[in-house]
Amino acid sequence: MSVLLAAASAALFSMGTYLVLQRKLSRIIIGLGLLTHGANLLFITAGRRGLPALVGAGDVDELSDPLPQALMLTAIVISFGVTAFLLALAYRSWLLTDDDEVEHDLSDLDILLGRGGREDDADLLERLDDHDTDLLERLDDHRRDHELHLPPVDEPPLEPEDGAR
Amino acid sequence: MSLVLLLHAVLGAGLLLAPRAPRAVAVPVSLLGPVAALAWWAANLHTVLDGEVVEESRRWVPQLDLAVVLRVDGFAALMVLIVSGIGVAVFAYAGAYFGSEPVARTLGLLTLFSGAMLGVVVADSLIVLYGFWELTSITSFLLIGQKFQLAAARSAALQAILVTGAGGLAMLFGFVILGHQAGTYRLSEILAQPPAGALVGLALVLIAFGAFTKSAQYPFHGWLPGAMVAPTPVSAYLHSATMVKAGVYLVARLAPAFAVLFAGWRPLVVVVGLLSMVGGGLRALRQHDLKLLLAFGTVSQLGFMMVLFGVGTEAATLAGCAVILAHALFKAALFMVVGIVDHGTGTRDVRLLPRLGSEWRLVRIAAVVAAASMAGVPLAFGFVAKELGFEAFLHGGIGGGAVVLGVLVVGSALTAGYALRFVAGLYGRFRVDPGGVGIAGDDAGQGVHAPSISFVAPAMALTALTVVFGLVPGLLDGFLGAAASALDLAEVTVHLALWHGPNAALLLSAVALSVGVLIYLRRRPIDRGLSLGSAVPTGSDGYHAVVDGLLRGADRVTGIVQSGSMPVYLGVILATAAVLPGVALITSQAWDGWPTVVDTWVQVPIVGLLLAVALGAVLLRHRLSAALLLGVAGYAMAALFVVQGAPDLALTQAAVETLGTVLFVLTLRRLPARFERRSTRRTRLLRVVIALLVGVTVFGFAMAVGTDTDPRDVSTEMVERAQPDGHGANVVNVILVDFRGLDTLGEITVLAVAAIGAVALARAGHTPRPEPGIPLFGPGGTTRHAFVEVVVRGLVYIAFVVSIYLLMAGHNDPGGGFVGGLVAGAAVALRYLAGGLDEVRRMVRLKPWSILGLGVLIAAVTATVPLLFGEPVLQNAAWHLDLPLIGEVSLTSALFFDAGVYLVVVGLVFMVFEAFGGETTRPGDRQPGAEPTAGSHPEAVQP
Repeated sequence: MSVLLAAASAALFSMGTYLVLQRKLSRIIIGLGLLTHGANLLFITAGRRGLPALVGAGDVDELSDPLPQALMLTAIVISFGVTAFLLALAYRSWLLTDDDEVEHDLSDLDILLGRGGREDDADLLERLDDHDTDLLERLDDHRRDHELHLPPVDEPPLEPEDGAR
Repeated sequence: MSLVLLLHAVLGAGLLLAPRAPRAVAVPVSLLGPVAALAWWAANLHTVLDGEVVEESRRWVPQLDLAVVLRVDGFAALMVLIVSGIGVAVFAYAGAYFGSEPVARTLGLLTLFSGAMLGVVVADSLIVLYGFWELTSITSFLLIGQKFQLAAARSAALQAILVTGAGGLAMLFGFVILGHQAGTYRLSEILAQPPAGALVGLALVLIAFGAFTKSAQYPFHGWLPGAMVAPTPVSAYLHSATMVKAGVYLVARLAPAFAVLFAGWRPLVVVVGLLSMVGGGLRALRQHDLKLLLAFGTVSQLGFMMVLFGVGTEAATLAGCAVILAHALFKAALFMVVGIVDHGTGTRDVRLLPRLGSEWRLVRIAAVVAAASMAGVPLAFGFVAKELGFEAFLHGGIGGGAVVLGVLVVGSALTAGYALRFVAGLYGRFRVDPGGVGIAGDDAGQGVHAPSISFVAPAMALTALTVVFGLVPGLLDGFLGAAASALDLAEVTVHLALWHGPNAALLLSAVALSVGVLIYLRRRPIDRGLSLGSAVPTGSDGYHAVVDGLLRGADRVTGIVQSGSMPVYLGVILATAAVLPGVALITSQAWDGWPTVVDTWVQVPIVGLLLAVALGAVLLRHRLSAALLLGVAGYAMAALFVVQGAPDLALTQAAVETLGTVLFVLTLRRLPARFERRSTRRTRLLRVVIALLVGVTVFGFAMAVGTDTDPRDVSTEMVERAQPDGHGANVVNVILVDFRGLDTLGEITVLAVAAIGAVALARAGHTPRPEPGIPLFGPGGTTRHAFVEVVVRGLVYIAFVVSIYLLMAGHNDPGGGFVGGLVAGAAVALRYLAGGLDEVRRMVRLKPWSILGLGVLIAAVTATVPLLFGEPVLQNAAWHLDLPLIGEVSLTSALFFDAGVYLVVVGLVFMVFEAFGGETTRPGDRQPGAEPTAGSHPEAVQP
């Protein structure tokens, strides 16, 4: 472990975090890639530097630490699989919306705004920090699609006669 | 007794399982339950009258010191008699009431309900009592919601179970505190030696809350009138003998022990009881629906019982025992009468009731006698009971007794008033012209017909008992005495009599009755006054307000914690992940000095490059450029791995980065070239802050770990055992395929799943374009060059040979399945760049998903084969072969496992090209070939 590598790892983590907090899926994927690099760097520096971990290449004390390497090797390949999957998500998003924006969940937004209520558009977009102009339109569509259609009540409820419920 | 309870459960379940059982079978079967309970009661009556208890104990959870203890003393015997005696009458009545309708379901539920109520009154363990208590809530929910097609029935059932369920939970909390403080959950032991302390007071308040909700006391009474949507037999049973009596029962049990011990008990219970008695009475005075009138009457009477039992003095407790019995007798009979009238006339609205002819005489008699008992008219048992109640407060004993007595008399006057209203309504005093308002009954439109004798008989039987006990109350001396003694834990001798001579109690009875008559006679002005009371919020309003508030609150909480924005979720998670360990790092003492600043100077330029390109990837607003910089960062990582002494990692990273870059290009070529800047300054600042927090925490973490002592035992042992156990010299590979092979198996499965997911996402629902939309090759795209293709073909085969070598050699030299697979994947990528997806598809006959599946299968089989030889999973075996020409070859079973890994990685790469490599049309895109051309248009030919 050296200060240089620890600092490099921390910097990669910072940059990755910043990108992960974006709205564009491709930036998020790039951010995850940087986070992976940061984590791998942290991992490998936790082990010892030395000769390749091949038996016979040197004395046991001279070899690099094989355990973190083994763990990271699968991590690298898995992160490749995850990247492929996320890129498929971005691709899917492009198919449907022409962009790879991670949108607000409309059902959650509906609840946040108080079911079926309507706020001032500018206010809402300001609050959400989302300058997606179609958002409100889509929200209205969503509300229309998800309205509850209960069967009509078949009989007036039994009410006490004194007018009180 | 436990057998009786079991019988109820079996009968109830049986009836529920056969909902179509004919009435002639269902009714006798359902009667078996209460009859058996009564038989048990009769058999044990002597023991109970002698002041003994019948006790039964079964182990339940010995570890928690919980046992099912059933204990029947005098009071429990009274309750058993009420529950099962009324039960017999109600079950018989239900048989007639439902006529040709299927009755088995209702009777089955009623049987379970009855059994649960018996359980409540005989349980001695608080936990068991609670269990039965909730069973009555659940069964009553089902019974109230019998006509579940009606919205009113559903909401009434829901209200009942929510209110009583909330009370039940509070009660359980109270039980646990009480049991803990007393050191036992046995009710009898707690009452014999009641614990003291502030916590016990809290427990009592919670238990009283449960009892109030169950017994429909103000302000929790709203569910009981709502429950009138249930069929009348259910109402009759629920109101007279079960459910609502459970709360009264519990208060009766606790009051003698705790009324004196806790100053708060009496005011609480007595005030709530009096409020309910008067409030329920006032509401009852205004009802036109006979069932609702009785329902509010029940609230009122339950208030009366709460007061009597809650005071906890011997005289009041005795009066409570008498009232609980009297109320059961007359209230069940009155409900039955309403049900009969409802069936016979099609309405139970007093404004619509037709004149009832002479063939209704028996019904009228039952109604009048039962109502008289309710009003407290002499010669009916209700009179005797009420007298006892007044008597209990006449001779002092508690502070404020006179005030209580006064309110009780007012309540009794109201009771007399609505009893008279009930009778007068039945006799048509409130009838208005046809065509007016009113509530349609259960059986509207069948014409007026008198009831059969079997329909009236149960009500008549109960009425007869009211009269008998009213005339000769002495019959009950011993029984009620035993009940009161069991509650007071002291010998109570009782001499009930119809006539005690002219005394104060008689005078009060007379006053109450006269005022009741006056209330009835002056009903019009009183009604006008009462209508002002409609403005006062009722218990149901409170209930609805609470439920609405809960739903709104849930919405608000959901809105806050589930904002629907992924950056917000991730921000919260990452900030937490940074701050919590960060704080732990600062407060811990793990940091003991700086490590070396730089290991080896070679690292410096590599790290410089790494960070520079990473920063570029963050700042660049051009999609592809950012992605390419990420690829460069990956190669820098590979260089660092070389310096570190990790050739396997370096190889893997380089191969992954090559493939990854191709993957990015394939996907991002379709997306807009640049990111638009849309965030506000505040949001960007927040992101930077979180990012810095994470970075600082990671740095601190690295420092803390790095300066820690490093025993390296595990790694050293792995190096030492690599060859003897794993038959390989490349320790990293031995770890992957042998020491931690099961992990690897799991990881390649994850890879396969991710690949399948990617293909499904990218391809689902979309057909390949007939012609390239955004062509890579051909007109408008890159031209295919013969030279490139020839070179690529050559390279591809070389790359495949190298990949196989890496796979085979990996066990002893740098390489292995992952690396080999990735190199092969890079070969596939080359082929794609030269010839497109079609060329890639032509490379192998197998479908990409088949390669993937084959890989997982080979790895899994290799892992499990050792099981056949009695060896652990993934046990490695090695063979040494002497092949001609090639020489000595050492083969290990790990190679097969690694081959599986290899295939999975190759399959993944094929899958990726399958997912992104083709051209697709999107729904709504115009098909290039589908456009109408000018030549095909008929008009275009015309000059």
